[in-house]
Amino acid sequence: MKNQFDIKKAYYLFLLIRKSEEKIIELYNSDKIKSPVHLSIGQEAIAVGVSLALSKSDIIFSNYRGHAHFIAREANLDKMWAELYGKSRGTARGKGGSMHLNDISKNFMPTSAIVTSAIPEAVGYAFALKYKKKNSVVICYHGEGATDEGVFWESLNFASLHDLPIIFICENNRYAIYSHQNTRSINDPIVSRAISFGIDAERISGNSTEEFFKATIRCKEKIKNNSKPQLLECMTSRWQDHVGVTQPELSKEEENNIKKAIKHDDLKNLENKLSKDEVLHIKKRVNKEIEHAIKFAEASDFPRSSELLENVYY
Amino acid sequence: MDKNLEKKVINYGEAIYEATYQEMQRDNNVFAYGLGADDPKGHYGTTKDLHLKFGKNRCFDTPLSEDGMTGVGIGAAMAGLRPIFIHQRMDFLLLCMNQIVNMASKMRYISSGEHCVPLVIRVAIGRSWGQGAQHSQALQSFFMHIPGLKVIAPTTPHDAKGGLIASIRDNNPVIYIEHRMLYKNAGYVPTNSFEIEIGKGRVLKDGNDITIVGVSHTVEDSLRASELLKSVGVNAEVIDPISLSPIDYEIIRNSVMKTKKLLVVDNGWTRCGFSSEIITDVAINCEKITCERLGFADCPCPTTPSLEKHFYPNPSSIAKLANRMCGGNIDWSPPEVVQHEILSFKGPF
Ligand SMILES: Cc1ncc(C[n+]2csc(CCOP(=O)(O)OP(=O)(O)O)c2C)c(N)n1
Repeated sequence: MKNQFDIKKAYYLFLLIRKSEEKIIELYNSDKIKSPVHLSIGQEAIAVGVSLALSKSDIIFSNYRGHAHFIAREANLDKMWAELYGKSRGTARGKGGSMHLNDISKNFMPTSAIVTSAIPEAVGYAFALKYKKKNSVVICYHGEGATDEGVFWESLNFASLHDLPIIFICENNRYAIYSHQNTRSINDPIVSRAISFGIDAERISGNSTEEFFKATIRCKEKIKNNSKPQLLECMTSRWQDHVGVTQPELSKEEENNIKKAIKHDDLKNLENKLSKDEVLHIKKRVNKEIEHAIKFAEASDFPRSSELLENVYY
Repeated sequence: MDKNLEKKVINYGEAIYEATYQEMQRDNNVFAYGLGADDPKGHYGTTKDLHLKFGKNRCFDTPLSEDGMTGVGIGAAMAGLRPIFIHQRMDFLLLCMNQIVNMASKMRYISSGEHCVPLVIRVAIGRSWGQGAQHSQALQSFFMHIPGLKVIAPTTPHDAKGGLIASIRDNNPVIYIEHRMLYKNAGYVPTNSFEIEIGKGRVLKDGNDITIVGVSHTVEDSLRASELLKSVGVNAEVIDPISLSPIDYEIIRNSVMKTKKLLVVDNGWTRCGFSSEIITDVAINCEKITCERLGFADCPCPTTPSLEKHFYPNPSSIAKLANRMCGGNIDWSPPEVVQHEILSFKGPF
C-alpha cells in the first residue's frame, strides 16, 4: 500500500476485471461455466480503488458479486477460472463456483450467496483482530440491498459498540435485482443511518477509482486514530443484468443513466492518463493472463467422485 | 492417588462451569458470550464471574441480536478464536438458523477445507413450571439434519464436562444442548480437564430384555423406568447416545441384536426426529426387531401443569410400554415416580 495512487496498477487491475468478465460473457453460451454469475461490469472502480489502499494483512469479505473484489485483490486468476469451470484446480476444487470464491493466501474469505450473511462474519473477524491486538482492518463489501436486512444493522451496532477495525464498502448501484432502492426505503438513508449507529460514514459519488482509493486511505487513517468503524457508500452502476450475461431490461430513463455512466467509464479515464506504450503493454499482459487462466481451467480435471463427501467436517 | 484420576462429586451445572473455566485458562482464544453471560446469575452458574477472572473481552453480554451474534462467532472462529455462544433457550436459536445452516455448517465445504468454524453454541432446553409453547422446545432434529454440524446432548455431569471440552476443541460448529432439569444432577467428575469422544454413546445400564434409548433428560426418565421394570422382572438396557450427530449407531445396533426390542424415548417430537432416525437405522441394519417410540405429544407445549404432565413421556409411561413390548401384562400400571428436579423447579428461567 502506498498513499500515492498508482494509475498504472489501477488501469491494469481494472482492465483485468473488465476483460475477464467480458470473456465470461463470451464463453457463457458454451455452457462451460455451469452456474450463476453475477457480473460487476460498471462497478469495478470500487474494487480497484479500495484494493489499492490495502495492506497484505488486511482481510476481505465480499459476496456473490465477487469477481472484481477477487481480481483487484490480486488473488489467483487461474484458480478463479478453474473454479468457474467446476474443476479440481479451482479455489474450492469446484465445490464453490462463482458465488463462493476464496483465496486464503490473500485473506480473501469465502463468499456467500445469501445476501448480507457474511457481514456479521466480517464483524466477527474484526473482533478477532482486535482481540489478538493485530493492526489489520477488515474490508466488507456489500450492496445497498444488503442494508435492507436486519442483520446488517445488528452487525453495525456490534462493530460500533466494540470499536472494531472494519470498513463497510457499500456498493450502491441502486438496484437489488430489478427493485429500486426508493421502493425499499425512504430518504437515501444509508449514510445517515450508519452515522446514527456511531459509524463514520461518507458517500462517495462519481464512480472514480482514485476517489474510492483516497476515501479508503482516509478510512484506514481514521481507524488508526479514532478506532471507529467506517462506512463508505460508493455510488456506482451495474451495466449488465443482475445475474447471467444478458442485458438488463430498462426503462428509457434508466437506459439513459447507464449510457451516461458508460460515457464516463473510469477505465477510459485511467487509460487517457497513460502513454500509448504503457497502455499497449498492459493490454498485452492482461490478455496473456486471461488466456493463461482459461488454458489452466481447460487443462484441469474435474474433481474425483470420491471428493463428494470430503471436507464436510474438519 | 494419581492426580489425573482424581474425581469429585459435582453437579451438571458445575461441570459445565469447570469445563469452560479450564478451557479458558488453557487457551486464550476461548471466549464465552451471549445474553446475560456476565450477569450475576451467570447461566445457572455456568459462566459465573468469568468476566472478572478473564476480563470483559473474554466473557461478555451482547445486544439482543441472535442472528448477528452468531455470525460474529463464526467470523471470530474463522480468524482462529474459539467462541462459546450461550443461549438461555433453544427456542431463540430459530433466529440464528440462517447463520448456523447457511454459513457455519458450509464454510468448510465451500472452501474445500481452507476454513473451519470451531464455534460452540450452548443452548438450554427443558420443561416444567410453565415454560409453555415458546420456552420449552427441544429442536435437536433441525440441526441433526444438517451435514457439517455436530450436535451433542450430555446427560451426566461427567459427560457434560468432557463433552463441552471436546466441543470447544472440535474444529467444527457444535450445538451443545443442556437440559434445565439436569443442572442439579450430581455425579463423579474428574477434576482435571478431559474429553469424551463426540460420536460415542454409553450404555448406562446393562440388560437383556429390551433396549431403551433416551435423549438428555429422557435418559434419566428411562433409567427410572428401568427401576420400575425390575418389579415385573424386565431387565432393560439403557443407552445414552450423548452425541446426536454423529450418532453412535453401532452401540444401539449391538444392543438391539441382543434384546430384539427397541424403545426410543426422544426429548422432542417424534415425527422426523431422533427416534425416526434410530428406528430407521435399526430397520435397515438389524433383523426382526420390535420398535416403539415415545416423545412429546403432537402439539405445542401447554403451560398449565394439568396438561403439561400429559405432554411429556415419564418413567411410568416408558415402563408401561417397555413391559408391554416384553410381553408383560398390558394392564400393569407402574407407580408414579416422584421427579424431584421437576417438582422443585420454580424458575424463573
Ligand atoms: C437473503 C437473500 N434474499 C434474497 C436473495 C436473492 N438476491 C440475490 S442478490 C439480490 C439483490 C441484492 O442487492 P444488493 O445487496 O444491492 O447487491 P447487488 O446484487 O446489487 O450487488 C437478491 C434479492 C438472496 N440471495 N439472499
